[in-house]
Amino acid sequence: MFAFFLSSGLFLGWSLGANDASNVFGTAVGSKMIRFKTAAICCSIFIILGAVLSGAGASHTLTKLGSVNAITGAFIVAFAAALSVYLMTRMRFPVSTSQAIVGAIIGWNIFSGSVTDTNSLTKIVLTWVACPTLAAVFAVILYKIVVFIIHHFNIHMFRLDLMTRWGLLLVGAFGSYSLGANNIANVMGVFIPVSPFTDISIFGVFNLSSAQQLFFLGGVAIAVGVLTYSRRVMETVGEGIMKLSPVAAFAVVSAHSLVLFLFASQGLERFLTSHGLPAIPLVPVSSSQAIVGAVIGIGLLKGGRGIRWRTLGGITSGWVITPIIAGVFSLFLLFFLQNVFHQNTYQPMTYKLTPAAMARIKEAGISTQHLVGLADKDFDTAVQFSKEFNKRVKINSMQRDFILSSAEIDKLKITRAAINKVNTVWISPEQLNALEKLKGRSFEHKWQLVQALGDETPAWHFSQNDRNHNDELSNRLANLYSILRQ
Amino acid sequence: MEFTILKRRLDIGKQIDDFLDQVSESGLLFKHGVSDYLKGNQSAFSEKIEHMVDVEHQGDALRRSLEEQLYIQTLIPESRGDVLELLEAMDALLDRFKGALYRFDIEQPEIHPEFHEGFKELINHVVEAVEAMVRSSRAFFKKISGVADHMHKVSYWETESDKVSTRLQRAIFNKDDLHLSQKMQLRDFVMHVDKIADRAEDVSDKLSIYVIKRSL
Repeated sequence: MFAFFLSSGLFLGWSLGANDASNVFGTAVGSKMIRFKTAAICCSIFIILGAVLSGAGASHTLTKLGSVNAITGAFIVAFAAALSVYLMTRMRFPVSTSQAIVGAIIGWNIFSGSVTDTNSLTKIVLTWVACPTLAAVFAVILYKIVVFIIHHFNIHMFRLDLMTRWGLLLVGAFGSYSLGANNIANVMGVFIPVSPFTDISIFGVFNLSSAQQLFFLGGVAIAVGVLTYSRRVMETVGEGIMKLSPVAAFAVVSAHSLVLFLFASQGLERFLTSHGLPAIPLVPVSSSQAIVGAVIGIGLLKGGRGIRWRTLGGITSGWVITPIIAGVFSLFLLFFLQNVFHQNTYQPMTYKLTPAAMARIKEAGISTQHLVGLADKDFDTAVQFSKEFNKRVKINSMQRDFILSSAEIDKLKITRAAINKVNTVWISPEQLNALEKLKGRSFEHKWQLVQALGDETPAWHFSQNDRNHNDELSNRLANLYSILRQ
Repeated sequence: MEFTILKRRLDIGKQIDDFLDQVSESGLLFKHGVSDYLKGNQSAFSEKIEHMVDVEHQGDALRRSLEEQLYIQTLIPESRGDVLELLEAMDALLDRFKGALYRFDIEQPEIHPEFHEGFKELINHVVEAVEAMVRSSRAFFKKISGVADHMHKVSYWETESDKVSTRLQRAIFNKDDLHLSQKMQLRDFVMHVDKIADRAEDVSDKLSIYVIKRSL
């Protein structure tokens, strides 16, 4: 059944491959610098590598934006996004898969009454402006450097030709890797919270987490999209906005790849934060936006005469329309599936300010004085609940998220049968031991379980600065919740 | 001849250099050949013709091999058309030198000693124009910013050869002891040679467009 629902994610992956691979290799193939076959194979391999090896970074933001908590919902979200990407591609607009999926998730949030994490949303929307701008700046700088080098060293036309080919292939591979790393979150991100996969270890050398297995599948779907459908788009994309020389194409693809990499690299984020610098948010950005930004950067550098502004206008209006269409599709399809086929597209969440929750909120320094009136009342959706407490207290979005997570009811019970179901591969003996000790206990809130486990052993503690550890722990816990849920 | 080309598996940049060497050599051969003809040194003249035929063959073979490689290996897709046109045009200059030398051999025109200097001067200017064109072409492949310097010289030598050509034609027709048929034959020779400089300038005009198109 999971395989069926995953199919919409694979469809999204396929359309992403068909559409976005052209951003990476379009100019190179369009200008006949690289053969389609070479481009497609190189692109496929590196997309899969990027997805599996560094896909985790950007997916985090997306999971935070909206935790689609039922597989049918995830199916519809991915399907709505895929459908809008497919339709826009048919209309020949280089659309953004990121925007489509964000629109679709918001559609799900509205439908299920979940609160959209404004913090993540702002982050994502800001990158829709930052990504093309940054790509334009990078493209101009890179182009200037490359042209300087060519003029300075008087490179022979044929040597330059050879170097440009290799350069395009190299940055294309890098771009594919970054595309896989950054955009796999769009394709598979919504399935992470509902994935039935458990970690597998290959000969004890590699350990593939359940998310990585999902990412691998998504990567393969993207690769199939590249191999089967990207040719036409690749061969026509080069001249969409303006005609590029191979050297300019090199600068454009490099800039695009760099931008995608920046927004997906956990390593860079760690480096920046460890040196006290402001970190770049790890967000799935649009490769189409990056490429269009880079091309415009080069166009403006050359005086802006070569730019086809009309085409550009069409593309940008496509960027505004895409998330809206995806959101509408998502809402409509969810409504349809829920009411016509009686499928659960979301798991109803109840919120209740239990005494324990109140105590936790108070401990965090949020005044509970005005919340007393809401104590022990059940709320069916996050929207309803937050509306109520917003009437009473003035709080920021972080405090709101804290109250929501404190009050979220999730009845969990640690039984012998449940403990037996826990996969011992992905849980340490220490962690398992802590679980055993809590046998027989029930919890109303997830955070209570986390607290109780943490009291038993530090192995269940979240770290202050190790994001990888925290991500892994979150995944383990998410798995645990689904096992312990009554 | 093609065998030698195959034997020398040179890289394509070197082949283009070789091809341009042939064009340049054809100009020098033409200059020396006519000089030998004017001196009446028939054996040296015939030797130059033979050499010229050789050079032309080599040039053709190189051009064909280059064209083939450019297409088969889909090299320089952006400038391929331009490069092919340039190679053809340069080859045409080489052919014209050969044709002119052959014409001397076939028609054996009687050139009065008082025109010798004029002819030598004209040929010198024409060869200089083609030389400048060869240098422009080399710069087009190696150092695009240097193309303009050489192209300017092509125009200069073309204008100079026009001047000499006009002067020479006037002198020919002012000479009373020549038959009209002789005058017309000599005029044709002058014009034929002068045309080579004109063609060089045409190629140079095309090249200036290729340079703009090749802007990075």
